[in-house]
Amino acid sequence: MEIKELYREIVNEHNLYPSHKKETEAPDLVLKGVNPSCGDDIVLMLKLDAEGRIADGSYTGSGCAISQASADMMLDLILGKTKEEALKLADDFMDMVRSTADPEQIEALEEAAALESVSHMPARVKCATLGWRTLREMFEQKEG
Amino acid sequence: MDVAAIRRDFPIFDKGDCIYFDNAATAQRPKQVLEAIEGFYRSTNANPLRGLYAWGVGATEAYEAARARAAKALNAADTAELVFVRNTTEAINLVAYSYGLETVKEGDEIALSVLEHHSDLLPWQMVAKAKGAKLRFIEPEKDGHITEEAVAAAVNEKTRILALTQVSNVLGTASPLKKAAELIHAVGGVLLADGAQGLPHMRTDVQALDVDFYAFSGHKLPGPMGIGGLYGKRKLLEKMQPFLRGGEMIEYVDRESATYAELPHKFEAGTVNAADAVGLAAAFDYIDDIGYEAMEAQETELVRIILEGLKDIPHVQVYGPADAAEHHGIVCFNVEGCHPHDISSVLDEEGIAIRAGHHCAQPLMEFMQERLSMEFRATARASVAFYNTKEEAERFVDAVSKLRRWLGFGD
Repeated sequence: MEIKELYREIVNEHNLYPSHKKETEAPDLVLKGVNPSCGDDIVLMLKLDAEGRIADGSYTGSGCAISQASADMMLDLILGKTKEEALKLADDFMDMVRSTADPEQIEALEEAAALESVSHMPARVKCATLGWRTLREMFEQKEG
Repeated sequence: MDVAAIRRDFPIFDKGDCIYFDNAATAQRPKQVLEAIEGFYRSTNANPLRGLYAWGVGATEAYEAARARAAKALNAADTAELVFVRNTTEAINLVAYSYGLETVKEGDEIALSVLEHHSDLLPWQMVAKAKGAKLRFIEPEKDGHITEEAVAAAVNEKTRILALTQVSNVLGTASPLKKAAELIHAVGGVLLADGAQGLPHMRTDVQALDVDFYAFSGHKLPGPMGIGGLYGKRKLLEKMQPFLRGGEMIEYVDRESATYAELPHKFEAGTVNAADAVGLAAAFDYIDDIGYEAMEAQETELVRIILEGLKDIPHVQVYGPADAAEHHGIVCFNVEGCHPHDISSVLDEEGIAIRAGHHCAQPLMEFMQERLSMEFRATARASVAFYNTKEEAERFVDAVSKLRRWLGFGD
């Protein structure tokens, strides 16, 4: 996908009209993720239910359209999922932007699969993965 | 100036697929520079300053002739005052380690501006921390200018070093170096000027400016990467200890101690980058052939087209002075609602290469965010050179006028 097309098809919508860019009340997990060299930052907030499913969640932050839109699409995907399911999706996404994902992995990413073309834009991989890296780190810290 | 003819000197433009507007990051090189580098390796190569055979002498002569050429370009009083280094960053670190750490004492001050590139900030942070000294910052005006009054206010009897960029790599504004030298000399300190962004755009006379140290990079000139220069006044360089120690910078060595070579070789440990020094000399020749005045005129005309064009586009904020001649080829801007990285990615698809981000000047980004209400702590930056064309400037303006729509806004 060409860059302008990527923005037009998916990134602009999630960046300008996000579904999940807001505060979550009394979250169980909160973590700030940053790309120091870009100045992108997001704060990811999740609420877990008794079975450990992600019952609610949101993000706030500021940064480039790809970083913000990718975080919004990530929340679309992980709400209602278990930690293991969410981390599997994070692996799928990381593989996709490194061009090592198989078609099943890409399909699992639903709308976020549109960001596959970021794999051809090495300078923007960090932006696309900011939300997913923050998610991983959040669960790692919880374990730690 | 015949830009079309000049462009034919630059082989990279044969690729034809890019409006290269990131000249402040690195320039492109004319074939005269490329041929000089290749010519050294083809017909002059041996290790300079060592070999006693004819080839070694020839390599030494080529290297020292390049030094004389660079010293002449800066109008240094003495060729030995020109030390070859890798780049501006290395030159400033050399001064910080070999002069700063020896001279600055606890309670002293180092003055520098908020405009400084990280390469003219971090070495001074290091010195201040090591010696218990204070960094005192000179605040620019909103348009990026540093006034003589602001420099005067930051300099006092405790100031040992004043470090100032010649031209801001973000806003393009020039610093009042001559006045700064007077002010710091009046209190017995020294002035280091960071010429990385200045020397490509303005004829620089280190004696007329009376700077004590002047640092520059070859690759912005348009010379090679990996070669740059440090000018220092002889009386200062002579008192300084070497920065790096090793081969061919000595006079005599025994098991426990060494005495060092004369200037400038005291500061050039190890095998030197002779081929790129020769390329740098060719870059100075190239600039002289075209003439700084002609280069400046072309760059100012391109900036004028860009400033005029961007002024009429809604939601575009341009930073820096109103006068195109004061931009030194740099136009820093933002588009409301659009992150600079998105701007750069989308323009890339249009075949336009610009820089986006913090430009290694994070304290300035913070200043601009607070004082100019910048949306993100980053900007887009288009930087032109004398070999860019008016048509390129017009195409750039046209592309910027479409950015908001490409990024999802209705207008």
